[in-house]
Amino acid sequence: MVRIRQALLTPLIDENPVTFQILGICSAVAITTSLYSALVMSLALTSVLAYSNVTISLMRRHLPRSVRIIVQMTVIASGVIVVDEFLQAFAPETARTLSVFVGQIVTNCIVLGRAESFAAHNRVGISFLDGIGNGMGFSLILITVAIIRELFGTGSLMQVEIFKPVIDGGWFEPNALALLPPSAFFIIGFIIWGVRSWKPKQVERSDFQPLTDHEMGHE
Amino acid sequence: MMDQLAAIFVRSIFVENLALAFFLGMCTFLAISKQIKTAIGLGAAVILVEGITVPVNNLIYTYLLRDGALAWAGLGHLDFSYLGLISYIGVIAAMVQILEMILNRFFPVLYNVMGIFLPLLTVNCAILGASLFMVQRDYTFVESAAYGFGVGVGWALALIALAGLREKMKYSEIPDGLQGLGIVFITAGLMSMAFMSMAGIQF
Repeated sequence: MVRIRQALLTPLIDENPVTFQILGICSAVAITTSLYSALVMSLALTSVLAYSNVTISLMRRHLPRSVRIIVQMTVIASGVIVVDEFLQAFAPETARTLSVFVGQIVTNCIVLGRAESFAAHNRVGISFLDGIGNGMGFSLILITVAIIRELFGTGSLMQVEIFKPVIDGGWFEPNALALLPPSAFFIIGFIIWGVRSWKPKQVERSDFQPLTDHEMGHE
Repeated sequence: MMDQLAAIFVRSIFVENLALAFFLGMCTFLAISKQIKTAIGLGAAVILVEGITVPVNNLIYTYLLRDGALAWAGLGHLDFSYLGLISYIGVIAAMVQILEMILNRFFPVLYNVMGIFLPLLTVNCAILGASLFMVQRDYTFVESAAYGFGVGVGWALALIALAGLREKMKYSEIPDGLQGLGIVFITAGLMSMAFMSMAGIQF
């Protein structure tokens, strides 16, 4: 029971794939201009992650070390192809806005990272939960960033107007910067700042300060 | 023809920089930019691998995968483009492996500079991303060679610039929570803003 909770909940804040493990940042910043595409991306990544974790965990006793990366890549790529084809068949509009970023799930380091560090030496059930947990941790960041960017960039969320823009006689001046690439970097930077002020254990030590007794935890 | 190639090349370095405008290869970009020296090694590896894999994937796409590409074998009705992802990643993994062996055998100095980064490039999204963009934009073989080389140079440039900034920043006082990853994100954001000012370049 404890392990299940641990597998599901630690990736949310304590070991969040984006802000703590530095994995899967590419898509976290690239497709967060609208909440809708962020939601689709979260779903796609979580399902690929759960699937690849289960498959790789099933194969873990039969996989020679020397060829494991290429086998894992093949497993992941097949999962991504299914998701990609599914999106193109049932949501062609979304597939177009996400463009190459659905395919990019293959190289999303969260997937390979979790396969290597968790699924390759854990049982199927717990690997599945680890996949779901990390997927949720990733989704949490993705959705937060997307909400901030879309809300301040356009004044509405998923076509629902929240702040009335000046053009329509309201008061809100949409901030175009929020829709441009740099804002994603700033927002994630500030999210990391927030999380680390809340959980000081995650703070990295400066490269050049002398060592103190105050041990900061990880490197 | 020539100026069209030059346009693709320059645009892929400055205007459509993979790292700063499309956020590709971010994990490596943020993790391996602490020192200029290692950044140069990784940058060289990226230029080499991009320059080779993008044109090779272009050949594979044109002659094996795209709709009607197998006409030369009398199988013009087949469309294998859904196998794209798995073939590109296979080509990239194989290329990286071969490159590693060749470098190890004939250019040990270069091999030592690139070290661990070469095998890691298989899962670098900048490499796969370039191939996917190449397919999406329908580049010809020559264009894809210029594009592959250009994106490699652009990515390496961004990486080395960030490493330079981070080396200088080592001695600045940064709030505890921002230390490390946080401030790197904000620096990358500022760099990305600077690169955006080149968006108006037209040819």
